[in-house]
Amino acid sequence: MLEIKDLQIHYGSIKAIRGINLKVPDGSIVTLIGSNGAGKTSTLRAISGIIKTAGGSITYNGENITNLHPEKIVKMGICQSPEGRLIFSNLTVEENLLMGAYTRKDKEGVKDDLEFVFSFFPRLKERIKQLGGTLSGGEQQMLAISRALMSKPKVLLLDEPSLGIAPLLVKTIFEKIVALNHSTGITILLVEQNANLALSVANYGYVLETGEIILEGKADELAKNEEVRKAYLGE
Amino acid sequence: MQVKSKLLFLSSLILIFVINLFAGSIDPYFYTVIIYIGINIILATSLNLINGYTGQFSLGHAGFMAIGGYLSIALSTYFAPFFQNTFGTGVFGEAITFIIVLLAGGTAAALVGLLVGVPSLRLKGDYLAITTLGFAEIIRVVIQNMDVIGASQGFRGVYIYNNGVKAPQMVQDLGEMSNIFYAVPKFTNFFWTFLFVAIIIYYVHNLINSTYGRGFLSVKDDEIAAESMGINTTKFKVSAFVSGAFFAGIAGVLYGHFNLYLNPEDFNFLKSVEIVVMVILGGMGSMIGVIIAAVLLTILPEFLRSVSEYRMIIYALLLIIMMLTRPQGLFGFKIKRKKL
Ligand SMILES: Nc1ncnc2c1ncn2[C@@H]1O[C@H](COP(=O)(O)OP(=O)(O)OP(=O)(O)O)[C@@H](O)[C@H]1O
Ligand SMILES: [Mg+2]
Repeated sequence: MLEIKDLQIHYGSIKAIRGINLKVPDGSIVTLIGSNGAGKTSTLRAISGIIKTAGGSITYNGENITNLHPEKIVKMGICQSPEGRLIFSNLTVEENLLMGAYTRKDKEGVKDDLEFVFSFFPRLKERIKQLGGTLSGGEQQMLAISRALMSKPKVLLLDEPSLGIAPLLVKTIFEKIVALNHSTGITILLVEQNANLALSVANYGYVLETGEIILEGKADELAKNEEVRKAYLGE
Repeated sequence: MQVKSKLLFLSSLILIFVINLFAGSIDPYFYTVIIYIGINIILATSLNLINGYTGQFSLGHAGFMAIGGYLSIALSTYFAPFFQNTFGTGVFGEAITFIIVLLAGGTAAALVGLLVGVPSLRLKGDYLAITTLGFAEIIRVVIQNMDVIGASQGFRGVYIYNNGVKAPQMVQDLGEMSNIFYAVPKFTNFFWTFLFVAIIIYYVHNLINSTYGRGFLSVKDDEIAAESMGINTTKFKVSAFVSGAFFAGIAGVLYGHFNLYLNPEDFNFLKSVEIVVMVILGGMGSMIGVIIAAVLLTILPEFLRSVSEYRMIIYALLLIIMMLTRPQGLFGFKIKRKKL
């Protein structure tokens, strides 16, 4: 289980995250929803060790991983697909995927996983030699997720996979995410602004607002919650 | 692929060796220009490794060149008797001596690079430009005040008196005593210069086509994404910076043992800018482009001798015109990086 206790993140004088608690049990899909600037990306980056925390703790299976080096965290099995499909535009699709497996030593396993992500997103296989920067938005998102999968994570962190993608493709990608969770039992922490969509696939949800968690609960219950519907579902 | 580039590397070594045999018949003026072209290719390619491939911005390449240059000519003069006694004065003895001072100069520059690079490369943002700029100036000022290597007078050799006193200038009250002047030996020739040109091209080429090298490119493409994948971005930036510094040091050694005289002013801010201009003009991250730019910018001043005071203005104009018309560099073709 991934567990966050009283996490605090500061950017200079800005207190972006002010003491949040969050649990992601093994094998579940947990979503963290909230509007622009709520602190979702900051939270994920802190989990990955990309930014330093100002307080609190992050543990994985009881082991303290707060402020560990990103390399160590990836090796422990926590990897993220960053916000805005940050793929390597000057590397090919295949090279991008291999960068995802950068921390791994098992060449054979990497080969198998390459086949696995290609079977998952056949579109990527067709574009294997194409430069990442020349892919369409949706393809880049598939690549970003697949690249994270190449590290063979036990916990996958997804930062707004629906951002800037056509609704039809978003649906496909979300179906894939659920299928992945069902077939491999991978744990997923899904960050989304699209609350409707996120709550429809998740088991449990947290609502983040200006650095604090204001609501949490089972996903289907949150989806029915008046407050959530007003604030995030545009009703 | 690897085999092919190794073969190419080895055959270029043979070619360099053969050409060197005929170097004596080359017009001395042309010969000098050719050596400077080689040295500038080493400088520009090594800076390209830092500024082009990992997307850092170093402004102090002349500082590393100065460290390599000064350290090596100090070694090859102050320790001339030692080297001569140990290795002899034949071709092989001189070659061994030169290899030692080359490695010493390169290593010293690399070590200083590590000291300067680590603190600023750990931080995000453009601290490197400021730190390296300051560092290069400090190096120059320190050399200007170091009497053992000639201070602001420059350094061309050392007087070794038979009572053991060593000084870069004649010592007044020892004037009567017999001494031997050890001038900076002219070790640098076509072979050594282009040996290192071949080495750095081979090194950079293989680097960017390896898994490790893809790490470099990924750091430049997107640091956050690279960190998300567990890539130690600091390690990559530091290793690019340190190996860049090493080759700048080597270039300094070659320069010192060709020019036979070094002056702190050879390594001022304008020298660093000149190398940066080569990299930008050639197109950051394009190896062939940067090599061509290094060649052109070595030859260009030769044609502009009469207006040499305006050289920097011409560079500045060149850069402005290029930024407006070809922001990707004069030679906008990227090196054909082999895809997997
Ligand atoms: N590097 C930074 N420097 C200063 N402030 C930052 C930095 N990164 C984020 N912030 C601030 O922290 C707050 C939270 O930002 P964060 O990116 O985590 O939000 P988010 O929930 O991911 O938003 P979005 O949905 O728009 O992606 C914002 O107010 C933002 O301006
Ligand atoms: Mg965000």
